[in-house]
Parts: sequence; C-alpha cells; structure tokens
Amino acid sequence: MYTYTDFDEAFVRTRVAQFRAQVERRIDGSLTEDEFKPLRLMNGLYLQLHAYMLRVAVPYGTLNPAQMRQLAYIADRWDKGYGHFTTRQNIQYNWPKLQDVPDMLDALADVGMHAIQTSGNTIRNVTADHFAGAAADEIEDPRAIAELLRQWSTDHPEFQFLPRKFKIAVTGAAHDRAVTKAHDIGLRMVRNDAGEPGFEVIVGGGLGRTPMVGKVLRAFLPKADLLPYCEAIVSVYNLLGRRDNKYKARIKITVHENGLEKMQELVEARFADIRADFKGHDQALLAEIEAAFAPPAFVTKSTDGYEAARLANPAFRSWSDTNLSAHKADGYAIVSISIKKHGATPGDATSDQMRVMADLAEQYGHGELRISHEQNVILPHVHKSDLPAVYAALREADLATANIGLASDIIACPGMDYCALATARSIPIAQEIATRFDELKIEHEIGQLKIKISGCINACGHHHVGHIGILGLDRAGVENYQITLGGDGTETTTIGERAGPGFSADEIVPAIERLVTGYLSLRQDADETFLQAYRRLGMEPFKAILYPREDKANAA
Amino acid sequence: MARTFTPKVVTANALLEGDAVWLAEDDTWTRDIREAELLTDEAHAELRLLEAQSRRDEIAGAYLADAKATEDGPAPTHFREEFRTRGPSNYAHGKQVEL
Repeated sequence: MYTYTDFDEAFVRTRVAQFRAQVERRIDGSLTEDEFKPLRLMNGLYLQLHAYMLRVAVPYGTLNPAQMRQLAYIADRWDKGYGHFTTRQNIQYNWPKLQDVPDMLDALADVGMHAIQTSGNTIRNVTADHFAGAAADEIEDPRAIAELLRQWSTDHPEFQFLPRKFKIAVTGAAHDRAVTKAHDIGLRMVRNDAGEPGFEVIVGGGLGRTPMVGKVLRAFLPKADLLPYCEAIVSVYNLLGRRDNKYKARIKITVHENGLEKMQELVEARFADIRADFKGHDQALLAEIEAAFAPPAFVTKSTDGYEAARLANPAFRSWSDTNLSAHKADGYAIVSISIKKHGATPGDATSDQMRVMADLAEQYGHGELRISHEQNVILPHVHKSDLPAVYAALREADLATANIGLASDIIACPGMDYCALATARSIPIAQEIATRFDELKIEHEIGQLKIKISGCINACGHHHVGHIGILGLDRAGVENYQITLGGDGTETTTIGERAGPGFSADEIVPAIERLVTGYLSLRQDADETFLQAYRRLGMEPFKAILYPREDKANAA
Repeated sequence: MARTFTPKVVTANALLEGDAVWLAEDDTWTRDIREAELLTDEAHAELRLLEAQSRRDEIAGAYLADAKATEDGPAPTHFREEFRTRGPSNYAHGKQVEL
C-alpha cells in the first residue's frame, strides 16, 4: 500500500493547521457562515440536519489496519462510536462538534488520511474496484493509477473551482465493480492489439437529476498518457462546462449539449498542447507507486480445513457461498464482510466492529481492508484455510450476515435521517425491506438482486442503477417512494425505468415484497436473476404486479 | 390575491453542535421548538429572521420554517421540520434522547 511521503505529510498537516485557524475565526465570529462554508467544505465538513458531518476520504477504498483502528478511535473520541461507509468508498461521521474537527483531522493525518476535496466543486476521492489487486479477472491493480490521480488532483491549482464536482472511478478488471459508466471520468483497463495494458476512457456518466450512461471518449489510451489526457478532459470541462445553472453544470451535460465529437476534438487538441509538459516525472512517480502496491507475499498451504468446515457447519457454508469471491492467487478468497445485518443501517459499523475487522486484516488478510461502494468492507486477501477462524470472529462481532449480493444487501444513502438535501428517509425503508426478506427466509431463493435507495434526486444511493431502485420524494408534504426497474451499474450499465406512481412509506415495503415474490413466479428457472427476467419480459408484467388494482380497472 | 401568511418559527443550526435551535421571544436560542416564538405576522417574521441572521457567532443557516400553534406551543407542520425536533429514526440519538 502507498504510504505518505514527507511531502504528503507536510501538505496535510499544513491544511489542518489552516483549517484550525479558520474554525477559530468562525467560532469567534470574525468569519460569517457564508465566508466559512467554502472553507469547511474544502475540508469535508458539512452542516446537516442534526449536526455537522465530516466526510473522510478513503482513497480508492483502501485502508490498512492502523487506519481502520484510527477511524474507530475517532468515532469513540469525537463521535457516537460508529461511522457510516458511503457509496463513494468514504466514511462519514454524523455527530462531530465544530471545535473538535481540527483535532479529528489531525488524528486522521496521524495515519495518512484526510478529508480534503471530499466536497466542493473539485475532483473528489478517486474510487476503484474494491477487489483491486485481488480479483481473478483483473489486468492490473488499478490503485496505482488511482493514487497517481489522487496526488495530481489534490490541490491542483487549475481545478479548485470547477463548474461542479468531478468524480473519477478506475477499474482494472473486465467485470465493472466500480460503476465507471456513472462517473464524470470512468477508466477501464483494457489491452490493445499488441497486448499492452491501457485504458478505455469513459466520460460524462452520472446519476442524479439527469442520469446518463458514460460514453467512450477514447477506446484505448496508453497508460503513459493517462495524466495528461485526464488533465485535458478536466481542463476542457473547466472552460466549457456551464456555470449559469447548477443543474446543468456536470460534465455529463457538457458532453450532452456539445456532443461527444466536439468533446473529442477539444480534448485531443488540449491533450496535444499539454502532452509535452509531462516530461516523465509522472511516470517515474507511477513506477514508485506501483512498487508500493506490489502484491503481498501469498503463501501456499492446504485448504483441507476449509473444505471440512464447509461440510461440518451449514452456517459457515452459507456464508462462504455468498460472501466469498474468486481470488487471483491459488488457495485464496476475497471476503466481503456484510455491513448490512438485517434491520441495521446499511454501511454503519461500530468502533468495536472496525477494530475486529482491523485485527482480522492484520492477522489473516495481509494487512489490507477495502470499503466497497456497496457499503461493505472487504478483506481482499484471505487464505481459505483461515476462513473458518475469520468467520468465527466475524460472528462474534455480529458481522457474519450471509447476504452479499442478495435482496437485503441494500445500498441506502443517509436520507432525511441525516442529510440536509434529502426529500425523504432512506434508512428505515432499507431496514424494513431487509427485515421483511429475513422474515420470509426467501432471499437465497431470490438470488442476485440489487436494491438501491436514494432519499433525493441527487441519487447518492445509486437508485437508477439498482435492479430495483427506490427514490424517496416529498409529495405535498408526505414521504413518497418511486420505483425504477431494470437498472444496472456494471459493464452493461443501464438506467432503470420508472414503474409508475410512487408509494407511501407504508406501501413501499409491501410493494417491493409483491414485486420480488412476483418475479419468483415469472422467472424461467432458478438461474434467471431478477434483472435477466426483467430484460426478457420488459416492464409490463412487473407493473401489473406493482399496481394490481389499476390493472383490473384497465381491463374492465 | 395575496397569499396568506402561514405561521413560522425562526430556526437555525447551533454553531458549535450543529443541531437545530429555534429563536424564542426573549432572543435566546432554544433546543425545544415548543419554547420558540410563533410568528404570525409576515413583516415581524422577516424582521426576526434578520435579527437571527446577524447572530453569526451563535448559529448558522437561519430560516423561517412553517409551524402551527398547539396547546404545548409551536409544533412543526412538515416532516422534515418534525425530524429536526427529534433526531434520526435509526438510532436513539439527538433531541429525542437529549431533551
């Protein structure tokens, strides 16, 4: 893993000291809220419904055990003993007090972390495939590139006042686990005809008010050109992007309004202009970063114990069926720890749970942890022989829910329980849906199903790309939930279609239950997933299930 | 026809804790909406908001929120404002346990 250089350390410390002085000036009244707001946002501090919220960047979702323990310490010392993992691989603290925030930032700097550019119209935390460096289907670990992008984008003088926020995601694998097509820039590692690794550059994807699937700007970009090419894209956007209307300011609108061809022309021209300025320092730096991301020393040992435990313990077998993924090294598995216990808040981990996960990563996981955009925690490198011990420890910590990829593995934004922008609550809906499917004991029968809930049109809960998406709105002073169907956030990204009128808070959970049990009778066989069935059958049969009375009325 | 003015309270977030506070008649900030001043006159409400906004080392983001009179004092009319009097629904945190 990358560790801070003296330069990184000095930069982060200086920013904390600056912010400490700004907080002091805010508290003594010399700064107004209007003056202070952009300064706090630059440092990840929001003011929400019930308290401040500090959003801490987890660069490309990677943490080491010391960092995870520090996150636990911060939660205990300055918050309420827990943290919320977000859909952009970050962690949020919901209850910091203004005067404590500089100390929290110093505590983060102690472990090489910060909250810089987790808000504001800047390039945000670069996200990556949460299985990076471990996935069996990967060309290269994309995190070295992500770290290079982090260093380049952090405090980049040209890009501190972009028209709007700017999000980059990177994957090194064929299967897209990083939702690259719903980012301002998505980078998918591919090989050219000569077999050399490079990137397919996708631009202008995004969810929110105007959901758009990203378009391919360059089918193959050599690795060495990545930084100047990204700089060219952001530079073109910086000038061309609209600043007259916040809702039309993201690059997806710039691409849509100007057309992909014009974007290509402008980006290629800008790229030609600036390419020569990149004289190789970036490549030298990348080589150093790549060395820091060298794979751990995988070991070879027997997996007999694992197989025996699977036979002996049905609960372990069920967990290993759902929560493990294929690893590139023989004898290893990728462990997804569900932060979605039925009825709990998606993405919330207590400080004790964080410490358990840190300990497990240290003892069994080559010192690595990942946060997924699906709000779970990953131990990317666990030898199969250690899985029974890992499972037992997770069970002790209430972290052994066997539901990864299933109906109760729900993405949910904080919604109106915390967020000042929300138009309805998300968390209670997620809690109730998960609880209901647990009562019915059918989620393993249902199989792969992605339910994603956003509490407003900004779509932090990725509802547009949920197989079932739920969007919470305020309809005449009452919470109302719209359903979209058929969304997909992988390499076959699709924006879900709205099923029809929304449901009240009381009706939405029964509607989802009806929809899912209805799917069970519509599917061809147990292997046809909800999404596949939807793609085969289209909206109509699902609509008929969701709106039964209306259907009868139409038939009459 | 002029729209009718619905009663309001001045509300904001406390500067240090960030939690919801309401302006009381005696110019103090209260954490209990029932102790807030219910503003039934539009001109007076605008004036009270201006006064609130000038207290920049105590609060942030003051605005007028709809409220109604009850036997116990002002109460919120919209669910968002109701949540602000209470706290989140997923944990016993915030005003529902602090007040």
